[in-house]
Amino acid sequence: MEGQIFTLQDFMYSTKSITYLVIVAALILFPIFWRFLTSRDE
Amino acid sequence: MSDTRTPTGGTLLTPFNIVAGLILLIGAVITVLRFTGGLAAVSNLSDYNPWGLWIGFDLLVGVALAAGGFVTSAACYIFGLKRYHSAVRPAILTAFLGYALVVFALHYDVGRPWRLPYPFIVQPGTTSLLFEVGACVALYLTVLFIEYTPAALEWLGLKRARSIVVKLTLLLTIFGVVLSTLHQSSLGALFLIAPSKLHPLWYSAYLPVYFFISAIIAGLSMVIFESSMAHKYFHDKMDDTHLAEADGVALGFGKAASFVLFGYFIIKVVGLAVDNNWHYLVSGWGAWYLVEIIGFVLLPCYLYAVGARDKNVKLIRRTSGLAVLGIVLNRFNISLIAFNYHLPSSERYFPHWMEIGISVFVVTVGVLVYRFIVTHMPILYEHPDYKEEH
Amino acid sequence: MAITRRKFLSWMGAAGVGVTVGKSAQAASNKHFTGYPDGMGVLHDIARCVGCRSCEAACNTVNQLPPPETSFKDLAVLDRKRRTTPAEYTVVNRFDAAGEGSKPIYSKNQCNHCLEPACASACFVKAFSKSEEGAVVYDASVCVGCRYCMIACPFEIPTYEYDKALTPRVMKCTLCHPRVQEGKLPGCVESCPTEALTFGKREDLLKIARERIRRNPDLYIDHIYGEHEMGGTSWLYISNVPFRDIGMREDLGVTPAPALTSGALGSVPIVVGLWPVLLTGIYAISQRKDKVAEEEQALAVEAARTATQDEAAAELKKTLEMKEKEKETAVNMAVKKALEEAAKAQEEAAQAREEAAPEAAPEVQDDKDAKQTEEDS
Repeated sequence: MEGQIFTLQDFMYSTKSITYLVIVAALILFPIFWRFLTSRDE
Repeated sequence: MSDTRTPTGGTLLTPFNIVAGLILLIGAVITVLRFTGGLAAVSNLSDYNPWGLWIGFDLLVGVALAAGGFVTSAACYIFGLKRYHSAVRPAILTAFLGYALVVFALHYDVGRPWRLPYPFIVQPGTTSLLFEVGACVALYLTVLFIEYTPAALEWLGLKRARSIVVKLTLLLTIFGVVLSTLHQSSLGALFLIAPSKLHPLWYSAYLPVYFFISAIIAGLSMVIFESSMAHKYFHDKMDDTHLAEADGVALGFGKAASFVLFGYFIIKVVGLAVDNNWHYLVSGWGAWYLVEIIGFVLLPCYLYAVGARDKNVKLIRRTSGLAVLGIVLNRFNISLIAFNYHLPSSERYFPHWMEIGISVFVVTVGVLVYRFIVTHMPILYEHPDYKEEH
Repeated sequence: MAITRRKFLSWMGAAGVGVTVGKSAQAASNKHFTGYPDGMGVLHDIARCVGCRSCEAACNTVNQLPPPETSFKDLAVLDRKRRTTPAEYTVVNRFDAAGEGSKPIYSKNQCNHCLEPACASACFVKAFSKSEEGAVVYDASVCVGCRYCMIACPFEIPTYEYDKALTPRVMKCTLCHPRVQEGKLPGCVESCPTEALTFGKREDLLKIARERIRRNPDLYIDHIYGEHEMGGTSWLYISNVPFRDIGMREDLGVTPAPALTSGALGSVPIVVGLWPVLLTGIYAISQRKDKVAEEEQALAVEAARTATQDEAAAELKKTLEMKEKEKETAVNMAVKKALEEAAKAQEEAAQAREEAAPEAAPEVQDDKDAKQTEEDS
C-alpha cells in the first residue's frame, strides 16, 4: 500500500505540496531572470 | 474628533479620546473574558455557526477594504499613473494597518492563536484554501510593512536604509499585486467547499473571481472614502501636492470604480445564467439578492459615473461610502446571512454584543494608530529632504 | 503508522513523498480514486433501529466522554431534535413518520467518515486524515482551532469545545479507530441490540445493503445513502422512509469535497506564473511610453532651441557684418590718418633736411614709425 495513492485528497496533498515549492521557486527566479534579461539595456 | 487637528497640543480629555479610551477599556475586559472563559463566554458561535462576525467582518471585510494598497501602488508604479503618487502612501498605510488588524483580530477567533504559524512550520495543509489565504496574508503583511517603512525611516532620519527600500518599490509592488490577487480570490474560494450551506444565489464557481473584482472596487472606494475623511480631520497635515492631486485621485478612482462595478455586475449576471439561478430571484432570498445587486452594485456604479462625467468630486466621495457598504453587505451575505440559509431560525447566528465589542475595539485601535502615524510621519505630505525624487 | 510518519513531513518531506507516489497514482488509475480498497465502514439499517440509545451510552463509555445530564435510559431526550456535541459523538433522533400513524422512525447520526473528507481537504494544518482502515482521524496536537472543518463538513458533524479558553479541540466520532486497530468493534456497533449497525469492509457492506433492499423491496427505499453522497462515505444507510424525511440531505451531490476546490487551488500557481509577466509587461510598456514621451519632449525642446539658435546666429552674423564694416571704415580712416601724418612728417623731415642737411638715420626711423602707426590702427 505504501507508495500508492488511493484518495483524491492524498493525491491533491502531494501535488499541491510540490506546486507550492514550484511557486516559491518561481517567485525567487522571476526577479533574477528579469535582471539577466535586462542587465545589458543601456 | 476636532482634537485630531492638534493632537499634541492641549488636553487629552477630548470627547474623541474619552470615547476611544472607553472602547479600549471595554475591549480589554472582553479580551480577558475571551482568554479565560473561551469563545463561549463572549460569542454566539455554535457548532452550526463556527464562523461569525470576527470572520465575516474582521477578516473578510477587513482584507477587502485593505485592497486600496495594492490597487493604488499598482496604478502608480506599474500602470505608470504618476499623478496618483500622493495617494500611494496613505493607501499603503491603511492597507498595512488593515492587514495587521486582521491578523490581530484572528487571535481572538482561533482557538489556539499561538499555533497560527503551525501550517507553515509544523505541518502544511496544502489542500486547504485557508492555507493559501494564510500564506499570502502573512507574506503580504510583510510586503506592506516594507512598503510602508520609507515613511518611518524618513521620520527617523535613516537615509541609507530608506534608499535601499525605495529601490525595491517595483519588485514589492508586483509581489503585492500577485499576493493580493491570490488571497483576495481565495477568501471567496473558502466557501467553494460548502455548496450545500451557502444559498445558490451567492454560491458560484466564480466566487474567487467575484471576491477579487469586488476587492478592487473596495480598494478604489476605500482610497476615496479615506481621503475624504483625512481631508476633514488631517487637512493641515497635507502638503500642496497632496491637496492639488486629491481631487484628481477622487475623479480618476471614481471613474475606475464605476467601470469595474459595471464589469462586476456583468459577471454576477453571468453567474446567474451559468448556474440557471433565475428562478431564485422571485423568492425572498432573491429580493435580498436584488437589493445587493441593484442597491449596492448598480447604484454606486451609476453614481460614480455621473460624478466622473460631471467632475463632481463631492458626489464621488459620497458614493464611495455606498460602495464600501456594498462590499460589507456582500461579505456579510456570503459568510453570515446567506450562509446556513437552510437552517431553522433557532439555529441561525446573530453576533453577541461582545463580538461586536471586539470588532469595534479592533477598528478603534486602527484609527488611533493611523492618527498617530499620520500626525508624526510623512504620509499626507512629502518629507522635505526627499521631495526632488521620483 | 501514518500518523507518526506524518509528523515528520516538513515542506521537503511532503514534496518528497509526493514525488515517489505521484507516479504510481498516475500509472494506477488515470487520476480516478476509489478510496482504500479494504476500508471499513458501518451499515446503519434505519428500519431496524428502535431508538434505545445503547449506542450513545457505549460511545460515551469507550471514548471516555463526560457523563450525560440525564441517563442514557431516559428516552425523553428524543422529544427534541439533537445534534452532535463535544460530549456526544453520536445522537439518535426520533422522527414521527408522516401518514399511516404507525411507528416512529429512529436514526443514528455521527461522523460519516467520508472517503474524501471535506474536513481534511479544508484543514490548513492537515489535522484530519483518512486512514486506510476507514476512519477520518483528527490530531488535536496540531489543531489551530480555525473551525474551517466545521464550515466545510456537509453533514455538520464536527463540534468544538467553545467553553475551553486555551485548549479547545474539534470533537467528532473516530469510528473507534484505536479499537478497530486492536481488532475490536466500534462501541456503538458492539452495543446495538437489534443489529441495526453492521461493521465490515465497505465493499461487503454495500453488497449486504443491496441484498437487503433486493429481498425487501416493499420495505426499503431503493437507495443506499452514503454510497455516492459527497463522493461516498464509510457509513452507509438504508431506510424504510425517504432520507429527507429523517433529516438527511439529499441535495449534497456526488462531488467529493477536494474536487470542489481543486479548480481554485489550481489557478493559484498559474497566477504566480503569469501575473509577474503581465505586470512587468504593463510596467515596461508604461515606462516605454514615458520614455518616448520624454524623448519627444526632448526633441521638441531641441527643435525649439535650434530654431532660436538659427535666429540668434543670423542676428549675430548681421551684427558681425556691421562690426566688420565699422572696422573697415575705422581702418581706412586710420590708414588715411596715418598716411597723412606720414606725409606731414615727411614734409617736416624734408624741411628739416633742408635746414640742417646730412644725417640719414632719422629718416629711416621715421619710416619705421609710420609703418608702426599703420599696424596699430
